[in-house]
Amino acid sequence: MYNPFSLEGKTILVTGASSGIGRATAIECSKLGASVVITGRNEERLNETFKSLEGDGHLQIVADLTKQDDIDRLVSQIDRLDGLVNNAGVGRNKPVGFIKMEDLDYVYQANVFSGILLTKALLKKKKINRGGSIVFTSSISSRLNSPGIAMYASSKAAITSYMRSCAVELGDKQIRSNAVLPGMVETKLITRGDYTEEDMNRDKELYALKRYGKPHEIAYAIIYLLSDASSWVTGTSLVVDGGRLLK
Amino acid sequence: MKTLDEFVELFAEQFDETDASEIQASTVFHNLDEWSSLIGLSLIAMVDEEFDVALKGDDVKNSVTVEDLYKRVISKL
Repeated sequence: MYNPFSLEGKTILVTGASSGIGRATAIECSKLGASVVITGRNEERLNETFKSLEGDGHLQIVADLTKQDDIDRLVSQIDRLDGLVNNAGVGRNKPVGFIKMEDLDYVYQANVFSGILLTKALLKKKKINRGGSIVFTSSISSRLNSPGIAMYASSKAAITSYMRSCAVELGDKQIRSNAVLPGMVETKLITRGDYTEEDMNRDKELYALKRYGKPHEIAYAIIYLLSDASSWVTGTSLVVDGGRLLK
Repeated sequence: MKTLDEFVELFAEQFDETDASEIQASTVFHNLDEWSSLIGLSLIAMVDEEFDVALKGDDVKNSVTVEDLYKRVISKL
């Protein structure tokens, strides 16, 4: 069957695959024919994702990517990759007047440093194939602002900028690097109680499509960037936000 | 443990335009002119720092007076 978005024959690593966008991405990748390697911190939830994968030849590796030992162990268990989805991330809301080193450490370790160090480890061991694709889950918060998101937004701006450096430096190897910038997506990151339902309903009015996204709607954008359909796309930031940035 | 009076003082510190004398234990804080979602976030961050308690957005939303919020903080200690 004709499908330029097929991932048949590709091996793809998805970080943060135990929930949300990472879980949806891993599942959709498997449905499009990829062999998927999933990683996450929570063994039980990672295993739930693993059980939802279609087809065979998948691998699950529990790892905390804020720890170098875990990155090394993960990389040693991987053969070769055609796709890397640097998706693992956390959120913490604080007004700028309250940010502490401990908060920065928590947010930047997970959202910035782990993705940079995992990418480095894979490149050093030459585990990303020629023609491979690296995708970062960024956020539209790196382009707009609302109270409290300083740490999260600046971390996503940092990883988006790093993505462009990868695009420039890895172009010779025909390795592409891109980011997806989602608006608010219905995942644990936003439903854990920082925002009241009233806040969220008001916020949804700022979206042209009047609703938040669903994890699989972001997964499809990531899949476009992983597939050969985007073979001439590198260094780009793909906004998937239901029209939020129009405001 | 911090007293209600101390909490009222910390609460008032999150405001710039509103005089501290306008904020008492019985103040219906959502009605203050300066009230905003940013001040709500500041309160959550202040409670995290001073009490090591993680309030949710709903805790702030569902509290009517300053004392209500103090009681919620204390109940989570």
